[in-house]
Amino acid sequence: MFDYSAFSFEDKEQLYAKARAFWNPGKVDFWRGEGIDLVIDKRQGYYLYDIEGRRLIDLHINGGTFNFGHRHPELVETLKLALDHFDIGNHWFPSAARTAFAEEFLKTAPGMDFCVFGAGGAEAVELAIKSARYATKRRRIVSIIKGYHGHSGLSVATGDARFSKIFLADRPEEFTQVPFRDLGALEAELKKGDVAAFILETIPATYGFPMPSVEYLRGCVDLCRKYDVMYIADEVQTGLMRTGHMWGWQAYGIQPDIFVSAKGISGGIYPISVACMTERCAAWQREDGAAHITTAGGSELGCVVGLKVLEMLQRPEVVVNVHAVAQFFAEGLAEIQSRNSDIFGGIRQKGVILGLEFEHPEGAVYASRALYENGIWAIFSSLDKRVLQFKPGVLLDAPLCQEILDRFNAAMPLLRQRLAKASRN
Amino acid sequence: MPEQNSAPRMLTPDVAAARAGQMLNTARWAVDRFSKTDAQIVKAIVKAMADAAFAKAGEYAERAVRETGYGRVEHKIIKNQGCSRGIYDKYADLDFVTPRIDHAKKTVELARPAGVVFALTPVTNPVATVYFKTILAILTRNAIIVSPHPGAKKVCADAVRTLSVAAQAAGAPPGLIQIVEEPTIPLIDHFMKSDEVDLIVATGGPAVVKAAYRSGNPAIGVGSGNAPVLVDDTCDLRKTAQYIVGSKGFDNSVLCTNESTILAFESVADRLLQQLKQAKAHICKPDEVKALRKLLFTEKGFNVEMIGKDASVIAEAAGFRAQNAEILVAPVDLIQPEEPLVREKLCPVLAFGRVADFHQGLAAARSVMRKSGKGHSAVIHSTDERRILAYANAVPALRIVVNVGCSLGASGFETNLGPSMTIGTGFAGGSSVGENLKPDNFINLARIAYNSSASEPFGVFEGLERDTLPPPTPSIHTFPVSTVSAPEDGQDVRAELRKLIQEELKAILVA
Repeated sequence: MFDYSAFSFEDKEQLYAKARAFWNPGKVDFWRGEGIDLVIDKRQGYYLYDIEGRRLIDLHINGGTFNFGHRHPELVETLKLALDHFDIGNHWFPSAARTAFAEEFLKTAPGMDFCVFGAGGAEAVELAIKSARYATKRRRIVSIIKGYHGHSGLSVATGDARFSKIFLADRPEEFTQVPFRDLGALEAELKKGDVAAFILETIPATYGFPMPSVEYLRGCVDLCRKYDVMYIADEVQTGLMRTGHMWGWQAYGIQPDIFVSAKGISGGIYPISVACMTERCAAWQREDGAAHITTAGGSELGCVVGLKVLEMLQRPEVVVNVHAVAQFFAEGLAEIQSRNSDIFGGIRQKGVILGLEFEHPEGAVYASRALYENGIWAIFSSLDKRVLQFKPGVLLDAPLCQEILDRFNAAMPLLRQRLAKASRN
Repeated sequence: MPEQNSAPRMLTPDVAAARAGQMLNTARWAVDRFSKTDAQIVKAIVKAMADAAFAKAGEYAERAVRETGYGRVEHKIIKNQGCSRGIYDKYADLDFVTPRIDHAKKTVELARPAGVVFALTPVTNPVATVYFKTILAILTRNAIIVSPHPGAKKVCADAVRTLSVAAQAAGAPPGLIQIVEEPTIPLIDHFMKSDEVDLIVATGGPAVVKAAYRSGNPAIGVGSGNAPVLVDDTCDLRKTAQYIVGSKGFDNSVLCTNESTILAFESVADRLLQQLKQAKAHICKPDEVKALRKLLFTEKGFNVEMIGKDASVIAEAAGFRAQNAEILVAPVDLIQPEEPLVREKLCPVLAFGRVADFHQGLAAARSVMRKSGKGHSAVIHSTDERRILAYANAVPALRIVVNVGCSLGASGFETNLGPSMTIGTGFAGGSSVGENLKPDNFINLARIAYNSSASEPFGVFEGLERDTLPPPTPSIHTFPVSTVSAPEDGQDVRAELRKLIQEELKAILVA
């Protein structure tokens, strides 16, 4: 009996049956099919607990949402105290919490002038695209093949057909995709003169974190400048110290016209997102401040939490911690990789953003499962299933990192066995 | 306008406690890395720290006096120099890293750093103690978090930063040396009780030391001093007077090793007073003694306003003049704890009592230390070894210094006890250590011990480094390389390279 006072379930089977019936049969069936029988119940720090009590170390952290771990006590207390005074607020009026958050946020992003708030990443991407269109009076948006920027109307149209076609949401006439790391293809599109913005995740997450070169990113920005196209940096997964810098674009020394932050900025406890932009892109706010309205976007509670997230990330000891975690896994995984190079092909890394390549078209799906059985939850990349997303949180401590490495080591023989079997079939 | 309430409209969590936890994590990362560092690099790091600290000795001495109001700049410079380059020179050639091989005992000793050291430093010797503890901790490959006395927090924070920057520039990992910038009692308590602290090294008042021991973590705390000074009829009175005045005046007596009470043989007492006067001591008249007693000892105990002040300033506060005096000597009739003037005085005021003979001297020395100072220091000025030995056996001190000033004698700078800003007061003084704190106190030794029987030969460990095992052999499996199309340039080349490397490795293994 799983009793939550307000609701209860007899057992896991009953929960599965009802989830299947009332919620999402596809997702229920998919994970069970993969042997991942996880219903997340208790969560604390970097640990997740299945409803039946099994503990997992969370290396999925939902793309940085749980960058600080789950229910970080300082964030929880911040939100609880904020609830004694604030609620989501009234978007129409100036607000102390929203203003203070915008001011602090902009201090982390020299060159930017305004914060426009949303509730989730997709909404912030919508805002970015709309603002770029306003600034350029052009309509077309260029993104990369296998790019990913969310699931709402404009954002989903930038991404892979898998997510847009099913809903007839692809808009080929307005949204164009070019290959990643191909400046020639990008220029060919931009020079047509009708492009409002080029949007790119600084390190494309759903694509498995293929690392861009500094030259490529700078080349993209230069091309945008050349053709007066707005450069939108999607920093949902690369922002908030995950690259070792506050924002990924800073790690590569580029200057976007707009960048988008979500997931981690919410502390994993109160949804909020930000489209941070230059005066030129935000100028619609001078013409019609209410041209974009969002009741839940920029909620005051989210602003208080976001403010705390930024403050925590900039503490010297946290900055040191991020680098220590990054260095630890760089060294530790390289050592494991050298001993298991037959199945574990390579490591992509920038800060605490890692993509691990496995030698099978669905290698990361098998790796995810093998790690799951060894007490670690890490997810494969949806658009490149050879690559496991390995995403340590910024506050991981040394003993837990060692445990992760030991468990990873232990999973290798099992993974080898599974991959061998998969290849025979 | 509605009335403004000064209370904040929204509250936020206590940042300090949250940061404490993260500082400990950061220290753990640093020490995990640093504890694998070899001796040469450790030495280079410590040298860089000592040099940087030495270069700032004067600036921090001046700032410490300004921030705390205690002590004398010229003497703090000496302590800061002694606790930077002095400590380096003393210990740099001692290796706390390389395994120590003992063929006779058939053992190999491996230094095992404590890990994360939490160090409390006092207001009286702020920078010197920061230097001292930090250098010792790093020399033994520990991480350290310094929590300064709030009265000296600014200069201590800068001193710690100087050490940290120098250490990092020489190759130490970031986060190895940290400072609690805003120390508060709850925050210190939080640190001391944390499971992530491996060793507490507490210097300060008895409350701090007791709290350290109560924390449940391994701790080295030291008690307060109260050194009796026995002066017999065999010593050189002129030199003795100079030693005493120099020591009692040193940094205006803020070292816990300073002299408390002279116990002079009656037969030499007047001549000693003359010599003290010659050495720039002001000998107080009875009404001046009375005024001093009233000034220095209030209902709450020692008047902290007077800690480390110049003798002339104290005299003025007591209502008399003592211009150019290095110290004030206060003759007292009663040498018992109920006479406040024979208690510990962290200021240049020295009680002076007369004893009829050596045996009365012993009893008086024990009386001085009855209330405080157990396990700490005592002085004797004598050339009679039998008396020196008897004195050392009779007084509850763990360092009995002879013919030397106590401030720098018991703290090891002018004796061979080992220079230290932290004086172990042993079991009698509520401490786990009885010696002057030294690098060995920051490590444990792991011992490899062979069968003592001659039938089991001892191994040859000479020349072996920490990790000399060959790296693990890559596991070679004939696994089908995936045929998935590569998403990025260079993937084919890499696969090809990997294949080549694997073939080479296989060849090596077969051979």
